[in-house]
Amino acid sequence: MSPTAAQRVASQMSPTGARLLEVEDLRVEFPTEDGIVHAVDGISYSVSQGHTLGIVGESGSGKTVSSLTTIGLTRTQGARVSGQIRFEGRDLVGLPDDALRGIRGNDIAMIFQDPLSALHPFYRVGAQLVEAIRAHQDVPRKVAKVRSVELLELVGMPDPARRVDSYPHEFSGGMRQRAMIAMALANEPKLLIADEPTTALDVTVQAQILALLARLQRELGMAIIIITHDLGVVAEVADHIAVMYAGRIVESAPTAEIFRAPEHPYTWGLLRSIPSLDRDRDEDLVPVSGRPPSLIHRPSGCHFHPRCPYSQPEHTRIDPQIAQVPGRSDHGVACLLPADARRQIWGELRKGRDAERAAGTAGLAVSEVQSDADPQLSVAEIEADSADVPTPEELEA
Amino acid sequence: MLTFIIRRILWGILAMAIVIAVTFVLFYVLPTANPAVLRAGRNASPKTIAYISAELGINKPIYTQFWDYVKNIVFHFNLGYSFYSDAPVRGLIADRLPATISLALGSVFITLLAGLPVGIISAIRRRSFFDRISMGTSLVFVSAPTYWLGLIAIYLFASDIGRFKVFDGSGSYVPLTTNVGHWFGSLIMPWLVLAAGSAAVYARILRGSLIDVMGEDYIRTARAKGLRERRVIMRHGVRSAITPIVTIVGLDIGALLGGAVLTETVFDIPGIGRLNYDAITHSDFPIVQGTVLVAALFIIIANIVVDIGYAYLDPRVRPT
Repeated sequence: MSPTAAQRVASQMSPTGARLLEVEDLRVEFPTEDGIVHAVDGISYSVSQGHTLGIVGESGSGKTVSSLTTIGLTRTQGARVSGQIRFEGRDLVGLPDDALRGIRGNDIAMIFQDPLSALHPFYRVGAQLVEAIRAHQDVPRKVAKVRSVELLELVGMPDPARRVDSYPHEFSGGMRQRAMIAMALANEPKLLIADEPTTALDVTVQAQILALLARLQRELGMAIIIITHDLGVVAEVADHIAVMYAGRIVESAPTAEIFRAPEHPYTWGLLRSIPSLDRDRDEDLVPVSGRPPSLIHRPSGCHFHPRCPYSQPEHTRIDPQIAQVPGRSDHGVACLLPADARRQIWGELRKGRDAERAAGTAGLAVSEVQSDADPQLSVAEIEADSADVPTPEELEA
Repeated sequence: MLTFIIRRILWGILAMAIVIAVTFVLFYVLPTANPAVLRAGRNASPKTIAYISAELGINKPIYTQFWDYVKNIVFHFNLGYSFYSDAPVRGLIADRLPATISLALGSVFITLLAGLPVGIISAIRRRSFFDRISMGTSLVFVSAPTYWLGLIAIYLFASDIGRFKVFDGSGSYVPLTTNVGHWFGSLIMPWLVLAAGSAAVYARILRGSLIDVMGEDYIRTARAKGLRERRVIMRHGVRSAITPIVTIVGLDIGALLGGAVLTETVFDIPGIGRLNYDAITHSDFPIVQGTVLVAALFIIIANIVVDIGYAYLDPRVRPT
């Protein structure tokens, strides 16, 4: 797809309002000894002021790398970046390190998955907050300290005046993440990137942190990008969801739409693997079988085809591009199945039917899912299987 | 914190007690040579030997000897008298201490001055030309024995016999109080030789430790805050990576204060190491025993200081 086409789809799929961050045809590659890792492979999305975008995908889908690249944190790792990341109209990809540093932690802040390892173990929480404030504001240490206590109060830290002098290891997991959030808010960012902010936390604490993020967004009016592998997490907080697979966005739609009418087989897989209270207790949760593909030697054609039960022979050759779902201007999907077949299949799946029955109704033959390391196969067969070029049998099948 | 310090000191005292007991076994119980004969000197009459035996108390039962020995060390800090010069061991060690301290502190200073920056730059510019050259050089210094390096240095640079007459050579040591300039000049080569090996070790350890630390999540956080890279490296990276260095520096100072035997011998510096070496060649037991006890004391003290320092450095191991 040409950048202009990507741009068109991206703009159609984004919610209305002033666009704060626009990512266009972003590619991030890491040259390694084993080959080039295509961590992010031409993704486009945008976030508007006061809105929340959820980026969902497995580990290795490129969701974290794309966000780290936004604030230039993949530069030190020798990443090759192309495409555009426009923040308030400025392109961040080509920005000099110093100028980007002025934005980092100031206009765009980021919080991470494991707050214990993300906070420096040797410094008091207060000192780390003061440092964050003074990195971008020329204020005396004392003023910054007072502000730190206010920030801890803002994120609901109990007894903030005392806690400001504690070390991270003296905190519970939830308190640490609150401290991380307080640090991210130190300079009132316009955009907060939250990378798996609840994954390392207990379930009850997860809900508290999500509620806190929602409240802070209301009070401060910032935009949030929340990165997660858990659709359940973004269901509550995101306005728009982008599903990533193997470095690409395979589906992008408003949150309600993703849950009501998902279009991509991978999204179906994600949805069917979440437990839900209103589903029948006897109904099995269906995991997405197989493992995420190698980002060095990616599967041919549709990158999802080895794990897709609805994959057709030509899907191993044709690489699908994200395109608008007919009649849905803000819904995009990268799938080679015909639109009506997709609708029929999802209709069956949501009734609790298995993939085989669903494919049958749509008039498709169900294809065998290749699991990553089938114990029945010899090493040579597995290697042949994972080769980029489809075998003659695959092409004939 | 106070109870932690007290507990560490009590453990140190216990360790010292064990060292005292072990040296007693080594120097009173195990030796096959009769100390009285050694003490009496050549061609001594049996009467003299009997007199000295009584004086040294070696005819008394072992436990009485042990009690006398402990009493002397602990209550009088009396380490006995040299078999040869008759001088009190305590005085001999005290006389030699300034030279050893000069050598130890100077070389540690150079070690840190060279080792730390090299380690940091190598870690930050990993696989760069600088990194390869400095790590290659450090491998040579780590592998080279100190006495060999010392001899090479003298052969090349000593002002008397060297090829290039640059630095004062062996035996040129003068005390600091006599002449500061000569003191400094005479110690340059020993400092560098002694520092070379340990600076190489420090650089390699700090490099490895800093490479690990720079991959930590909190370094990413520091960068995400928009801090200058210099601050990220020094305040966040090196601050964590330095802790193993603190441990080794402490122990190295402790060990060096006990006498750098090889360096002091090669450069003929009248320090504790040289004293020890001479005493060993003469079977002068009281001096050997005295220097061993003093060296053990320094190492135990260094250990306590390192442990307490560690608690200050890393709040996670700080007892509350």
